[in-house]
Amino acid sequence: MLEIANITKTFHPGTPNEVRALRDVSLRLEAGSFLIIIGTNGSGKSTLLNAVAGTFLVDEGQIGLAGHSITRWSEHQRAKLIGRVFQNPFSGTAPNMSIAENLALAARRGQPRGLGWGLTRKLRQELQARIRTLNMGLESRIDNPIGTLSGGQRQALTLLMASWLKPELLLLDEHTAALDPKSADQVIRLTHEIIQRDRLTTLMVTHSMQQAVNLGNRIVMMHRGRVLHDLQGPERARVRPEDLLKRFDEVRRREQLDPAVADMLQKNYV
Amino acid sequence: MILLIGATSIGLILALLALGVYLSFRIFNFPDITADGSITLGAAVTATLLAHHWAPAVATLAGFAAGMVAGTITGLLHTKFKINELLSGILVMTALYSVNLHIMGKSNVPLLNESTLASQAEQVASYLFRGPADLNVLGWPVSIRDFAVLSGVLALVVLVGLLLYLFFQTNLGTAMRATGDNPQMIRALGVSVDYILILGLALSNGLIALAGSLLAQYQGFADVQMGIGMVVWGLASVIIGESLVGGRRIGLLIVGAVMGSILFRQLVAIALRWGLNPNDLKLITAGFVFVALVAPALLRKFKSAPAKPAAA
Repeated sequence: MLEIANITKTFHPGTPNEVRALRDVSLRLEAGSFLIIIGTNGSGKSTLLNAVAGTFLVDEGQIGLAGHSITRWSEHQRAKLIGRVFQNPFSGTAPNMSIAENLALAARRGQPRGLGWGLTRKLRQELQARIRTLNMGLESRIDNPIGTLSGGQRQALTLLMASWLKPELLLLDEHTAALDPKSADQVIRLTHEIIQRDRLTTLMVTHSMQQAVNLGNRIVMMHRGRVLHDLQGPERARVRPEDLLKRFDEVRRREQLDPAVADMLQKNYV
Repeated sequence: MILLIGATSIGLILALLALGVYLSFRIFNFPDITADGSITLGAAVTATLLAHHWAPAVATLAGFAAGMVAGTITGLLHTKFKINELLSGILVMTALYSVNLHIMGKSNVPLLNESTLASQAEQVASYLFRGPADLNVLGWPVSIRDFAVLSGVLALVVLVGLLLYLFFQTNLGTAMRATGDNPQMIRALGVSVDYILILGLALSNGLIALAGSLLAQYQGFADVQMGIGMVVWGLASVIIGESLVGGRRIGLLIVGAVMGSILFRQLVAIALRWGLNPNDLKLITAGFVFVALVAPALLRKFKSAPAKPAAA
């Protein structure tokens, strides 16, 4: 279970570039639930994911995961509990190392690494079997450097790596945004399978309304560092991509109003 | 022949330097200038201990350990105090100059009358071959000392290379390679990038100090100036090695760094024999590394540039 309580993050405080990326965000995610976060650019959805992953420490608030308070944990400590797939297919794998070596690294996520042999024969067979389930024909190429693979193949492998040891929380940060539509479909199907099979608690950021509606059991819409809508239960079940788009339009209309109002206020009072 | 044997011995000793430089420059992409100081540190520690009649093996290991400490400090400066990579190395290298002088107590420690790994190797060899001062190798007379030193160093470098290769296959070693390849990924898999970098720099500088320790025992003295320009020599060896073996596999690259170091020293020996002014050696080495760094990119540009229509 993930519990985010009143977290706040401001980047570059006190400078002209000050960005209040997260403003008093609270979320409670039951074990096994699959939450999709949508929002406009700069709404703070990726920042929220990074706050949970520990890319930075939050200014205020608490984050709890699986019974631990992880608010002050560093990124690599949190990796014991969290599996991650990044937006950029290059981020999740080491390009000059082989497929097998990459997976062997993931097979020890969050565990101490000593002088034991890295890629044992047993592990090789195990990962070959798991790679075969991807149906990408990669099982015969496990000694090739991962940098020679396509973005879709790399994302599929990263997904496999993130879920190799069942994580308490899976973080997916627009992990299909950089892929062509066909690869994106393939990766989404795989995402669905893995999450279903292992009943993973998942937090996924996406730009695709279609993905938001088809996957997961809860949708959160963020705007300007706040949670704007939280759709669950029957409301979530009824929602269609058009409804989500309509809510985005509402937000946009309000945005357009803002500068005009500001202008008027300035004229009247300054 | 004697010239070549000497060059090969030095090349093998400096292969340890090349392996250390390979580890920092190539695995971590960390331009670690500490090497200039840590190779002298290894020499200084070993020579001083030998002058106090310590066992050569212990004195050599102490040199290795001292190098690890130097690397750890560079790593701490970079990771904990966020000092730029080059500057961290420069600070430690500069500080080591004074440290080395303090360790040795003077700028030069001779080892001619001390028991060293070299003299021990000579004793073992003359015991094995029972007597003759010269051995006949393929028709060439080779002094038993040169032969003993060469085989001893060869055995040691093969051992170190093999250990390094095995290390890179362990869980820790694989994580180290991944840290250089993609720090974001390895952090997401629960590895502290800072810790691994410090460990890697310690190992790298340990190897470099070991090279210094052996070099002092081979040439019979340690000198506070002996480390100047060593980083560039190590880098030259690594680059030559990479072009010799071609591939990207770690085993090949380790062999390549050793071969590159030997070849480099032989080229240097031949060039000096042909009358190259020794004072120009560092300038030429720097020029060579410059060309080796720039040439691949230039060649690519040259190849991919659209062919210009021939001038009428």
